[in-house]
Amino acid sequence: MENAHAYGLLAEFDTPADAMHAAEKVRDAGFTRWDVHTPFPVHGMDEAMGLKNSKVGWFSFCGGATGFTAGYTMIWFMNSFNYPIVVGGKPLMSPMFPFPVVYEMTILLSAFGAIFGMLFLNKLPKLHHPLLKNRRFKAATDDKFYVIIETSDPRYVEEETRELLESAGCKHMEMVGE
Amino acid sequence: MASNELSSSVKIAAPPRELEREPLVLNNRPLGWISNQIVGIIEGKTPRWWWITFVISALVMLLCPIYIGYLITTGVGVWGLNSPIAWGWAIVNFVFWIGIGHAGTLISAVLFLLRQKWGTSINRAAEAMTIFAVMCAGIFPGIHVGRIWFAWWLFPLPNSNGPIWPQFRSPLLWDVFAVSTYFTVSLLFWYMGLIPDLATIRDRCKNFLGKFFYGLFSLGWTGSNRHWSNYEKAYLLLAGLSTPLVLSVHSIVSFDFAVSQVPGWHTTIFPPYFVAGAIFSGFGMVLTLMIPLRSIFKLHDLLTVRHIELMCKVTLATGTIVGYAYGMEFFIAWYGGNPYEAYCFQNRAFGPYWWAYWIMISCNVITPQFFWFKKLRTNVVLVWILSIFVNIGMWFERFVIVVTSLHRDYIPANWSYYSPTKVDVLTFVGTFGLFMVLFLLFIRFLPLIAISEVKGVTDYADPHHPRGGAKGGHH
Repeated sequence: MENAHAYGLLAEFDTPADAMHAAEKVRDAGFTRWDVHTPFPVHGMDEAMGLKNSKVGWFSFCGGATGFTAGYTMIWFMNSFNYPIVVGGKPLMSPMFPFPVVYEMTILLSAFGAIFGMLFLNKLPKLHHPLLKNRRFKAATDDKFYVIIETSDPRYVEEETRELLESAGCKHMEMVGE
Repeated sequence: MASNELSSSVKIAAPPRELEREPLVLNNRPLGWISNQIVGIIEGKTPRWWWITFVISALVMLLCPIYIGYLITTGVGVWGLNSPIAWGWAIVNFVFWIGIGHAGTLISAVLFLLRQKWGTSINRAAEAMTIFAVMCAGIFPGIHVGRIWFAWWLFPLPNSNGPIWPQFRSPLLWDVFAVSTYFTVSLLFWYMGLIPDLATIRDRCKNFLGKFFYGLFSLGWTGSNRHWSNYEKAYLLLAGLSTPLVLSVHSIVSFDFAVSQVPGWHTTIFPPYFVAGAIFSGFGMVLTLMIPLRSIFKLHDLLTVRHIELMCKVTLATGTIVGYAYGMEFFIAWYGGNPYEAYCFQNRAFGPYWWAYWIMISCNVITPQFFWFKKLRTNVVLVWILSIFVNIGMWFERFVIVVTSLHRDYIPANWSYYSPTKVDVLTFVGTFGLFMVLFLLFIRFLPLIAISEVKGVTDYADPHHPRGGAKGGHH
């Protein structure tokens, strides 16, 4: 059985339009464990794949809320609780003077949320991936477009899947090992 | 040819030829060509000019450790500072470098948000410039504190001096947070942009070390669209976060001056004026760096004359805002009715530092006005020469603000004159060496143009364009 050690069926396309039409077909056929690999983000591919809006925004928001709260708390603790300093007879705490620092901390932690949230959702860094061993797949970061359907997909039947990708205009197809 | 392609695809009324925008990548270069051209710079042999400039820059950089070491072991007396001019070249250089560091994030964030696709060709190098400029800037406040071994007091770190914390009402402390946040976010934004391009280099790499390091730092990127989806959202969020950040950083730098009571510093125009000046100087430096790189690496199809023209237009706009701010400062000095303020500005233009003021005016206000003319904007050599005047002018602007305001304030008995010493000058020269060393390493080992982003703005990337494979019937 070849498929026992196979990761998936890799189909190569020459243009983003071909890859997108293939993605639409794969989506409509109801596959779940599949992906499209492109050298740059292709406009409209998310819809073609049926992907929902990315969740990165929530990570960023939580980061920002943490930065904002932590900023005010830190300054209140340092300048008016743990070691109160009276400057020019002004109140020990006000929302105004810490604002520039709190603003920067909000942005800093929102940015952390966006970047590390993105890496977390993408399960990166990843030191190994079956596709990275495939010689032909190296063009995925250059000028070719790939659709991969994993053999573990419940709808995967080799003959039918091959036919589906061929009907989408795929010129080259190969099995990728685990 | 065009009519053939159009007949096979969806019929769209094409705009007349003269209204069509010039493409961002000339000569219809295909996707593979873009990777070859940019990664080819890294894969090729190290050019002789690179070694020559690298060795010279590294030797110049040595001035930094030598004179900073001398400063630490001897004391701030080795600088030309005196009372009342306690802020001299160190602060001038700090603001100068931070200002240069503003174009990178501005280009990548603001141009991205405004859907200005031309930013993709210059954003990578401009962001690298930002990071290296902020590194150079960061040296100066650190060594300016005098007793350098207490520089860590700037940060709210737990310590054993009883509970003693930084004083958060001070703009100087706001500055610590602004600059360190700016550096961190710029670095992360730059690195995130690099990930797909590092994967491109990894996939072409032949030698073991290259495979290992590019492989490690590309984090296992496969170009998966599920990843791109999150990546693009994170990119958009970072652009949205960096825009208020980049505006806040130079505003906060200007608070260092504006919150004080010194005539010439205590003005509300400072934040927008500083931000415009920072963008102006940043674009000046991008032009200074990119124009030679463009001809050395034959990047004329990626970094077109249109790109240079557009940068000239931003320089013209921000330079004119700066010119307006100079005029408005003078107007308010008279209209505000404060005699100290009025004297300060009169003294700036006609006092002992008149030469610095007029160098500033001619470089910053007159130089960009040449960019009104298309003939001059498209003359690349002339643009490069003018961009150097912008750099010089912006250094003098900070000198004028810092030194002329301090040297004659309220009581004539306190008046004095300031000149830098050899140590001041050579430390500053040394930071140029540091900047060049870092920038040369960057162009040798990292892609100096964002490969995946430039690919994304070509016709070949558009699935609805005939070159992207669109056929009739879809939609």
